[in-house]
Amino acid sequence: MINAVVVNSALPWVALLVPLIASALIVLFTQRARDLSALLSVAAVLVSFVCSCLIFGRANIGAAEIPWINLPGLLRVPLGFVLDQLSRTMMLVVTGVGALIHIYSLGYMRDEAGKSRYFAALSLFIFSMLGIVLANNFVMMFIFWELVGVSSYLLIGHWFDRAAAADAAKKAFITNRLGDFGFMLGILMVWGATGTVVFGEMLPRLGQITANPSFLTICVLLIFCGAVGKSAQFPLHVWLPDAMEGPTPVSALIHAATMVAAGVYMLVRVGFLVQASPAALHVIAWVGTITAVMAGLIATQQNDIKRILAYSTLSQLGYMIMAVGLASGEAAMFHLFTHAFFKALLFLAAGSVILAVHHEQDIWKMGGQGRNVFLTFVTFACGTLALIGCPPFAGYFSKDAILALALQRDPLIFAFALFTAFLTAFYMVRLFVVVFLGKPRTPEALNSRESPTSMLLPLVILSLLALIAGFTFFARHFLPLPDETHSIAPILALGAMLIGVALGVFLYRGRNEDPLNLTALRHRFYFDEFYGWLIEHTQEFLARVAAFIDRWLIDAGAVRGASGATWSFGAMLRLLQVGNLQAYAFLFGLGIIWVIYFALFR
Amino acid sequence: MLLLITLVPLLAALLIIVGLPARVTALTGAIISFAATLLVYLGFNSARPGYQFVSELPVSADLHLNFALGVDGLSLTMILLANIVLLAAIWFTGEIDRHENSFYASLLLIGGGAIGAFASLDLFFFYAFHELALIPTFLLIGIWGYGNRRTAAWKVTIYLALGSFILLIGLIMLYRAVPVEARSFDLRVLQSAKIPAAAQSPIYLVLLLGFGTLISLVPFHTWAPEAYASAPAPAAMLHAGVLKKFGLYGWLRLAVPLLPDAAQRWSNLLLLLLLANIIYVGLVTIAQRRLDWMLGYSSVMHIGYIFLGIASANALGLTGAALLMFAHGLSIALLFAITGEVRKRAPSLDFDALGGLANRMPIAAFLFGLGAFAAIGLPGFANFSAEIMVFFGAFRPGFDFQHFHFLQWATLLALWGVVISAVYMLRAYRRIFFGRPTEEIEPPPTDLGLSLRFPAALLVAVSLFFGMFPQGLIEKISPAFRAYFQR
Repeated sequence: MINAVVVNSALPWVALLVPLIASALIVLFTQRARDLSALLSVAAVLVSFVCSCLIFGRANIGAAEIPWINLPGLLRVPLGFVLDQLSRTMMLVVTGVGALIHIYSLGYMRDEAGKSRYFAALSLFIFSMLGIVLANNFVMMFIFWELVGVSSYLLIGHWFDRAAAADAAKKAFITNRLGDFGFMLGILMVWGATGTVVFGEMLPRLGQITANPSFLTICVLLIFCGAVGKSAQFPLHVWLPDAMEGPTPVSALIHAATMVAAGVYMLVRVGFLVQASPAALHVIAWVGTITAVMAGLIATQQNDIKRILAYSTLSQLGYMIMAVGLASGEAAMFHLFTHAFFKALLFLAAGSVILAVHHEQDIWKMGGQGRNVFLTFVTFACGTLALIGCPPFAGYFSKDAILALALQRDPLIFAFALFTAFLTAFYMVRLFVVVFLGKPRTPEALNSRESPTSMLLPLVILSLLALIAGFTFFARHFLPLPDETHSIAPILALGAMLIGVALGVFLYRGRNEDPLNLTALRHRFYFDEFYGWLIEHTQEFLARVAAFIDRWLIDAGAVRGASGATWSFGAMLRLLQVGNLQAYAFLFGLGIIWVIYFALFR
Repeated sequence: MLLLITLVPLLAALLIIVGLPARVTALTGAIISFAATLLVYLGFNSARPGYQFVSELPVSADLHLNFALGVDGLSLTMILLANIVLLAAIWFTGEIDRHENSFYASLLLIGGGAIGAFASLDLFFFYAFHELALIPTFLLIGIWGYGNRRTAAWKVTIYLALGSFILLIGLIMLYRAVPVEARSFDLRVLQSAKIPAAAQSPIYLVLLLGFGTLISLVPFHTWAPEAYASAPAPAAMLHAGVLKKFGLYGWLRLAVPLLPDAAQRWSNLLLLLLLANIIYVGLVTIAQRRLDWMLGYSSVMHIGYIFLGIASANALGLTGAALLMFAHGLSIALLFAITGEVRKRAPSLDFDALGGLANRMPIAAFLFGLGAFAAIGLPGFANFSAEIMVFFGAFRPGFDFQHFHFLQWATLLALWGVVISAVYMLRAYRRIFFGRPTEEIEPPPTDLGLSLRFPAALLVAVSLFFGMFPQGLIEKISPAFRAYFQR
């Protein structure tokens, strides 16, 4: 595209700021008026969506830049936007899926006491996410990156009086901080080498880093740390399944469609840097692969409907990161694009089921929901087919793009990716069969009722998108699509999928309990246990040692040293023996003046 | 104008001692001073170098004593901070059961003393005003404190008195080291003096010891958590938020411009100490099991970041350090204020005894959350913009691919503190405000009243404003530091 004339417009700023304003208004004024709060929030995201559409239609749009920190010659951090096709498409995805989930929340959170708080945090999230998408420099991206983290903290911990939710929120924030630590180091290093944080200014100076391959690799891997945290990749993936303690619409919006995709988006945004280091790419590809397989395996043995979907999100994010590591930002973004629709759909449909069976999330306590909640059943089926990569649903195209890429670049990674495709089909069919087919296993499941329209409408729209988003005629308007390669990858993928489906149906049809019992998978490979042990034996141990030293060595020693060795105070205290703090303080003031007088003027 | 800002709190203190109604007089004084500060802030011309709003009043020609006040961007920022925190601290002071007048007068003396120290252009008054502010701090802890207050009061008195005494010796040494023709108490003259490199080291070390004790640099920090745990909330707000910044301010004002060679020579020592402040004290903070102690230690930890900015020895890091002093003052004041309110309502501040307070005190929980996130450097709050400048300022100088020097390694290590502070802050927040109450508190704690929301909102709003638009303060602060490196 030729950037002939860039016309500055207020639209990007409006799209960004309206959700923030809505959030502030809710916090400050409409806490008590819960429905008004919801309305404000929904209106704000709709305004953002309309702005995003308008921006999408105008290729030559730009926006004014505000200096945030500007010390000429030292550091310049502007608040400015990148408005290329990548960010304009992401804006549409974020505000579009966001708007649907806001509408869905109207139904799902209808009688919630903390509704105002919920919608304020949701609006704050949309603001932060748009900020990541639009940022034209590393620091601004980091700002919104952290803000996304805090809105996710607020939403996971929405039911803060539940211990599990409160712990999950804390865990999510701290795990993300861990990744951000690396991210910030990476930003510092890139800045140290190039002297700028603005993406556009970095490009011409890139030679200063690329001349030093090992340094470049370190930079890219540190920046990748940020993505590992936010996109929940191995080994920082542990927060995402726990994040399911938040309300289900939040799981759909933040922990499936948008926030967790931010890591992938960021890597594509700085693709010029990432792709310059083959060694780093190799690491990235393998981290993605490990995450995809590991999460797929764990998903096969979980019983909580939302956790199964969470692990499948991890697995799909693994695919995207794998694609980034295979040096194809296009394939990664394509899968991000389609995944946003069908995964949001799956979560929302799951939420609809959960609501129908009175907040039960154990799949073994459902069953036979195909009859009771028919529309939910149909839309969930669409989501499942898209996720397992069944043609002609969207997931088929985007996943095949990654598989074909893997086959071309690295056969071993391809083998793992293929295995993951099989796992995906297997655990999704397991979930589907156990929840929707067979007979209801509890009274609640027997008497479940369909959800309100405000919840079903987003399901239907997302189902349509899950169907068509993968077709070239649709997707090419939004993204540069990966080149089509003719290989046997799609056939193998279809084969793997069919085996997974067959196995899933064979094992789980008509069952009332899980015929498999794989302890390691049940316990999620013991990651949480291991981290708990690690923290206890490093951080907590060091903290206790430090506290001991501080109390019994430094404090005790210093106090004794101070009182023993200082002639002036020792003498004064002995001399005066007033014991009265006021009198002492007064004398002290006098003494000081006396000392000054003699030291300086005599 | 500056005279007004400095003297109104002191005058109000005097009137209260004489017998005027304490709370009304104190609030009026603080508001007048705050309003005048705003006028100075708006009237300050960032483009003009040097001090502005200068007013001089010769006291004694023989002794070269000259009561001179003036502000540059740095002192203006600190005076703004002092006024905001003073106003909030007075507002948060509720009913005092005994010697109410003395309590309010003490607060005003701390505030007025701090403002005077920041505004003084004369070394003598710079020091004397700080002493004036220190004494009421001891009294507030000793008379109105909590827990083991007498021990805490004695400890803080010994530490700080000793610290200021050593500081005095250091200042005298500094004064004597200046060539005779530039020897003056006037900071404007003194600042441009040159001290021979060989003479700098002893002065530097004595000042480090003196200022270091005042600002709780490791290993002279153990007075701080104990003092803040025992102090009444308004005293903790004023001391941790404002008065402790005096030491840092003095360091920026005197040690940085006058002792550059010694700073270079001893930079590794300083870096080790500040890393101890961040990492070691950070770990100690994690191990704390009481809210007030944890906050006390966290404020010690943050001094490390400010010193990192100072150690960077360039205008970016120094401006960041100054901004962080401002930002940290606001956030720690807010945290101590809310902690004080919790203390009034709950039986203890032990993590094990508290839980689920967010249900009973949603506003307090919300405000504490804002303060906590500000303190751990969440973007949007001034703390973040300051920390960014500190990290960038400390990392960039002398960048070399092959070889990182100690300052850069220190920056990377210091960044780990960002994770540590998230751990202890969120853990404490989880324990106290989230979850279910570990035991029912009788009577059930009530939320903050409407009138207390104003001072809290003031602290939050200022932090948010300069978090989103830090450039306003950066423009004012940075010229002073740029001038340091152009001589």
